[in-house]
Amino acid sequence: MLEMRLYLAQRISAAIIAPLVLIHLGMMIYAIQGGLDAAEILARTRGSFWWAANYGLFVVAVAVHAAIGLRNVLREWFALRGLMLATLAWASFALLLISGLRAVGAVVLL
Amino acid sequence: MDQSSPSTTLSIAVRVWRGSARGGSFDTFAVPQQPSQTILDVVTWIQRHADASLSYRFACRVGMCGSCAMMVNGIPRWTCRTHVNKVMRNNSLTIEPLRNLPVIKDLACDMTEFFDKWKQAEGHFHGSRTRHDGVARLSPNSPQRRVADAATECINCAICYASCDVVDWNRDYLGPAALNRAWSLQNDERDVAGARRLAAVGGDAGCHQCHSQQGCATYCPNELNPTASIAGLKRMVMKAYVKGDLPTRGDGEHA
Repeated sequence: MLEMRLYLAQRISAAIIAPLVLIHLGMMIYAIQGGLDAAEILARTRGSFWWAANYGLFVVAVAVHAAIGLRNVLREWFALRGLMLATLAWASFALLLISGLRAVGAVVLL
Repeated sequence: MDQSSPSTTLSIAVRVWRGSARGGSFDTFAVPQQPSQTILDVVTWIQRHADASLSYRFACRVGMCGSCAMMVNGIPRWTCRTHVNKVMRNNSLTIEPLRNLPVIKDLACDMTEFFDKWKQAEGHFHGSRTRHDGVARLSPNSPQRRVADAATECINCAICYASCDVVDWNRDYLGPAALNRAWSLQNDERDVAGARRLAAVGGDAGCHQCHSQQGCATYCPNELNPTASIAGLKRMVMKAYVKGDLPTRGDGEHA
């Protein structure tokens, strides 16, 4: 039943990602109205709870979604199974999660 | 192994895979072209006139039994209903045993795993009536019966199984035919094994492995759509799981 649970987790994460991508596109257009200047953008993002919540959730959903997809590729194309498959899948999840949250923290934390 | 044909008749260059599970290679035959000739006619001509040791399988010759499926120019086809002039390229044909199944000899595959997976997917009917209860009365127009009917004309030719990349990648995957059969039974109002069947098709080698590439629907000779059936099973299993109605089952691989 593991495969079915992963399937469900990937669909739920996709349902979270889809609206967040639209919000992201809208936010980009909004954010550059005053010019594409790092200091100007950071002035808006630093300390913003909603910005942190939006992109924090996005990072978590992407880490879940992409790690399951990569696991499927490793399983089907490279016939990996067992501990090796689980290790690589968890490693890709951790890499995406840590690097994504680090990036969110960099533009949100004061 | 080349076989000369009468000079007045156009001939087809036919490459036929010869061998066993241990390996093999192609032999080439020149087969006389005939009007309304099928691929099965070509294979039969080779066996009767060129090489009697060629092994292949057929029965009904009219597209009902599902015995004669082979790879023709790389595509799985029912050979008794496939006309040569529709699939021939540059006056040549390449005929191989079905993909994704072990070869017994030449063009004959071992179908054991294909039918074993029907059993694993609970592909048989479980009724509750006895011979004393009379015949169940069903409306052929009910929505559920229409869904069951849409998936029910499978002839077990294994063309969908041969066209499926997921079967190629994961040898445990139940495959389109078994899952399509399970979907048909899940929508049969007389069947009483729905929960058990959902557990069988919701396992680690079951319906959620399907990538919806639709090779099965593309090549099914009876124009069934196993991809749609599998999508229906995915939804059905999900709903049962979320509601807590999905029995646990200890089979399937653990990745």
